[in-house]
Amino acid sequence: MKYIDDYKNPEAASYIRKQIKLLAEELTKQNKTANIMEVCGSHTMAIGRFAIRELLPENVKLISGPGCPVCVTDSGYVDAAIQLAERNDVVIATFGDMINVPGSNTTLAKCRSGGAHIEVCHSPTNTMELSKKYPDKQIVFLAIGFETTTAPVLGLLSIIEKQNIKNISLLTAFKLVPPALEALTSDPELNIDAFLCPAHVSVIIGSNAYKPFVKKHKIPCVIASFEPVEIMFGLMEILKQLVNSTPEVKNQYKRFVNPAGSPKALELISKYLEIYDASWRGIGYIPNSGVKLKKEYSKFDAAERFNFELKPGKPNPACRCGDVLKGKLLPSACPLFAKACNPLNPIGPCMVSSEGSCAAYYKYSRTKH
Amino acid sequence: MTNTIQIAHGGGGRLSSQLIDEEIVSRFGDGPLKSLPDAALLPNPSNKIVFSTDSFVVQPLIFPGGDIGNLAVHGTVNDISVAGGKPLWLSLGLILEEGLPIETLQVVLDTIKKTAEECNIKIVTGDTKVVGKGQCDGMYINTAGIGEALENFNLDKNKIIPGDTLLVSGTIGDHGMAVLAAREGVKIENGPESDTASVYKLVEIAHEFGEDVRFMRDPTRGGLAAVLNEIASKTKIGFKLESNSIPLSPGTDSISEIFGIDPLNVACEGRMLLICNCNTADKILKKWKQTPEGREAAVIGNATSTAERVELLTVTGGSRLIDVPQGELLPRIC
Repeated sequence: MKYIDDYKNPEAASYIRKQIKLLAEELTKQNKTANIMEVCGSHTMAIGRFAIRELLPENVKLISGPGCPVCVTDSGYVDAAIQLAERNDVVIATFGDMINVPGSNTTLAKCRSGGAHIEVCHSPTNTMELSKKYPDKQIVFLAIGFETTTAPVLGLLSIIEKQNIKNISLLTAFKLVPPALEALTSDPELNIDAFLCPAHVSVIIGSNAYKPFVKKHKIPCVIASFEPVEIMFGLMEILKQLVNSTPEVKNQYKRFVNPAGSPKALELISKYLEIYDASWRGIGYIPNSGVKLKKEYSKFDAAERFNFELKPGKPNPACRCGDVLKGKLLPSACPLFAKACNPLNPIGPCMVSSEGSCAAYYKYSRTKH
Repeated sequence: MTNTIQIAHGGGGRLSSQLIDEEIVSRFGDGPLKSLPDAALLPNPSNKIVFSTDSFVVQPLIFPGGDIGNLAVHGTVNDISVAGGKPLWLSLGLILEEGLPIETLQVVLDTIKKTAEECNIKIVTGDTKVVGKGQCDGMYINTAGIGEALENFNLDKNKIIPGDTLLVSGTIGDHGMAVLAAREGVKIENGPESDTASVYKLVEIAHEFGEDVRFMRDPTRGGLAAVLNEIASKTKIGFKLESNSIPLSPGTDSISEIFGIDPLNVACEGRMLLICNCNTADKILKKWKQTPEGREAAVIGNATSTAERVELLTVTGGSRLIDVPQGELLPRIC
């Protein structure tokens, strides 16, 4: 099997497209809606890249959810990172998307051009190289992300701990996906009929992680990869479940997702981290939706090491990213979209990140203004 | 001779002349360069002249499928060719970093000699400078070239009309992906190889249909997406491409998936895009496909009347925008 071609097979796509159309007609007959939220930012990008939204029947709506880690990171966190970056004794290590995210007043990129030492990493382990290269500096890794990113960062932490490395700490803002699904489903303003569940997050947490949620809310949860044919196959499965009123967790990414997830990753998470109520940019506090370092590991916490507290920031009040993240507003319906807010001059995080909904809409389907 | 470049190699003294004699004149001294004049005296071409220049700062200097020497010749040869010119003469400016292994310089100069011969272009003037360690990255090259305009080409992007056909001369994005893979240390079987090559023969073929050819360009930095968006932004024309028709080599396809980079945004260094009357496209395609450089040429789409929109029909059957990245996706690939 040639992985690269088979999941992009036009005949398969065409077949599934027809099935989706038939199922959508059946839904109309049953007077049912199909508001499907794709939770993950990589799904949003893939849906844009392969123009899947455009080919769906009118009554099947894809709503982009809060699954871009950069987008949901509070502006107060960005402010804290900027404060650290301005110290002479600190090197900030971060994934590239973070450097253009606006905090309350400025961005890390602007700090960097002002002389702050900020290094872009492709992997958390790049921090190890920085630690050796700058032994007299404190390296602070901006540890944001969902379960997918949390696990490798904890892999780094276990090395730091084992090797007793003194000049690396983490500024954490880890988030969990299942509590976000819970919060979105409970929001009376939203009317979500099903979730297309993330691929990589599910590799870590396992398909069983969605079972309590589905049992409680009776909403289909289908795990799909980021390949076009498989995304369409996932949507087809969701529509089937909606037509037959048989909501369940369906794992369509079996080549990587196990029912129990990744034992090694989960072991690291439960060793180092504890659950707390995290603040999501534009959404607010969601109960039990974040994980932070346990007290016994707080010496690796940058906030502890540099003795400050993370405070909520003041994002631009005109920015509607919160509504976009909750799926209440289409990016293109935001008054700032593609006008005041664009990738060159992003006002909100959804336009910055390569996984952000606004960036995806801008890149793949922006209409002329 | 010492085995690395020293500051004195650029100082105009004995070491300088030794370097020029042993490395430059020995390779390029069979024409006007022989007596190292300050400027080359060249015959006057009968038609208009085409003049172009380009600088090369690629890192790494040597990559799968070629080295900076190929790029330095092909880059300028192709710029002249797609402007409808027959490349004739080339200048060669070298900026060398102190400490560069002479062996690397020799490899690159050998490539330049061989490539220039293949392209039938003469190196007629040049210059060599040496800068201190850390002031450049190994070596930079500048070439400028003069060509003679081919008659009867009618190139003007404002003449593109809806329904015109888009042709590419081969697989796209190979150069950028080969350099990226080399730089990131990605080693895979059948990985991407740079497509660095001259497109002049393809231009010569297209010249037979000169009146019907509206536009030619070698899609270097920014790739096909940048070229098409540039046309769309300056005319009243849009484009629609079909993703299944766009030729991609398996190596480039894989690497672009791994890095999440759209090959439409990635540079080629030996391909050309041609836009022509729809009735002529098949004739050019047929002739192109009979040549080694055009073997994998394809019709990839057509011009539309939806101004400013460059769209792609994807494998799912949906259609989306082909955008250009905000910044440079892959720095220092040429």
